[in-house]
Amino acid sequence: MTIRGIFLIILTAVFVNNYVLQQFLGICPFLGVSKKLDQATGMSIAVIFVMCLATAVTWPIQYYLLKPQSGAYDLGYLQTVVFILVIAALVQLVEIILKKYLPSLHKSLGVYLPLITTNCAVLGVCIANIDAEYTFAQAMFNSFGSGLGFFLAMVLFSGVRGRIEGNDVPESFQGLPITLIAASIVSVSFFGFSGVIENLLG
Amino acid sequence: MNPILLAILAVTAIGVICAVFLAVASKIMAVPENELAKQIRACLPGANCGACGYAGCDGYAKALAEEKGIQTNLCVPGADAVSRQLSDLLGVEFQDVVEQVAMVKCRGDCNKSRRRMDYRGVPSCAAARLLYSGHSACSYGCLGLGDCALVCPEHAICIENGIAHVDTRKCIGCGMCAKACPSNLITLIADVERAFVMCNSHSNGALVHKNCDVGCIGCRMCVRECPADAISIVDNLATIDYEKCVDCGHCADVCKRGCIAFGDFSGAHRA
Repeated sequence: MTIRGIFLIILTAVFVNNYVLQQFLGICPFLGVSKKLDQATGMSIAVIFVMCLATAVTWPIQYYLLKPQSGAYDLGYLQTVVFILVIAALVQLVEIILKKYLPSLHKSLGVYLPLITTNCAVLGVCIANIDAEYTFAQAMFNSFGSGLGFFLAMVLFSGVRGRIEGNDVPESFQGLPITLIAASIVSVSFFGFSGVIENLLG
Repeated sequence: MNPILLAILAVTAIGVICAVFLAVASKIMAVPENELAKQIRACLPGANCGACGYAGCDGYAKALAEEKGIQTNLCVPGADAVSRQLSDLLGVEFQDVVEQVAMVKCRGDCNKSRRRMDYRGVPSCAAARLLYSGHSACSYGCLGLGDCALVCPEHAICIENGIAHVDTRKCIGCGMCAKACPSNLITLIADVERAFVMCNSHSNGALVHKNCDVGCIGCRMCVRECPADAISIVDNLATIDYEKCVDCGHCADVCKRGCIAFGDFSGAHRA
């Protein structure tokens, strides 16, 4: 895999296939935790970490357990169930380990770790990696890029929300409605990236 | 091998492996819980009302155990008894709790105030409030659909003649009703106070006169007559400054509209 290939995968995941703004996965933390920049950052770092970890575990499960290369049996249809099970257990394990050995990190991640357990973006990345038939290394880079994309979306949107806060929003739009409208505009702006990365590097 | 059996075996095996891993990990890497926090939690009443300003009783117990200098008298429902237990546990000086009671700032029941429509919707004040700010002619008044009575852990609130009444003898002062009321009609006052303005209307006198027989019209009679200068009119509504109030009850006597209540509002902790 060339350096260019790696860049192509990461940049595509961040800008073109942005999980939040282009594929609309992981919307709940995007709307819920993007109020403050530090919380948004904490959540995003946790997501990057868990996405990479989940891919590192689910990729081998898919190719060695559910659908072995030898073709002895095919349990590919169990993918979703098994992935959810494994990701949930994994996040719990990570939480236990952090609580014991890195209490400061555990405290700053706080509620975000258990929130990620059932985050559709994490499951989405794992399944997308299999669907795209990535190799293990490619899958890892794609997960990292997707996590970065989530980070970018969260940071951008927390900035947008910060600006909304000081403004005179019409009463009927206050709260969630104006947040959703702002999210849609940010999302539309990301549609401008489609095709750019392929033409730059491809 | 039967594919269904294989699938069941595979998922079961993965589940069991995950479960064993988690069980072992949580045993090996268990973080001992703070013993003090557990003891403190046992003292607290467990109403999870949030009157202390923390997220439930667990939050308050944790804060007390881990940080120094947090007041032990923040639990209003627990009152002096809990404060005494907490100060004994933590080895700090006893701090008196200001016991509070909830009071409804409205007396305009169905005989004394007018309705602007016949509301037959969802029986909830929050819902009724959304429809042209409620069925009561006075847009500040009690709608009497009992959102407050529903949340009261002591069943101290009853709805009578279309407005809410607090039985202060049962009230523990947790303030959950005050949070539930969409009209912000319920306030907490220290239960040693004896005078209370039973009106929430900031409308001008003429409008109040039209809508309700017992609403404050801002006539300033109480302001003039109060021997301690404790009453002022704020936004067309009489307001008592409890710092100055001497509990004489004269205001209740002179109020022509009868919207100042005078009596013993002792809560559950003193009754």
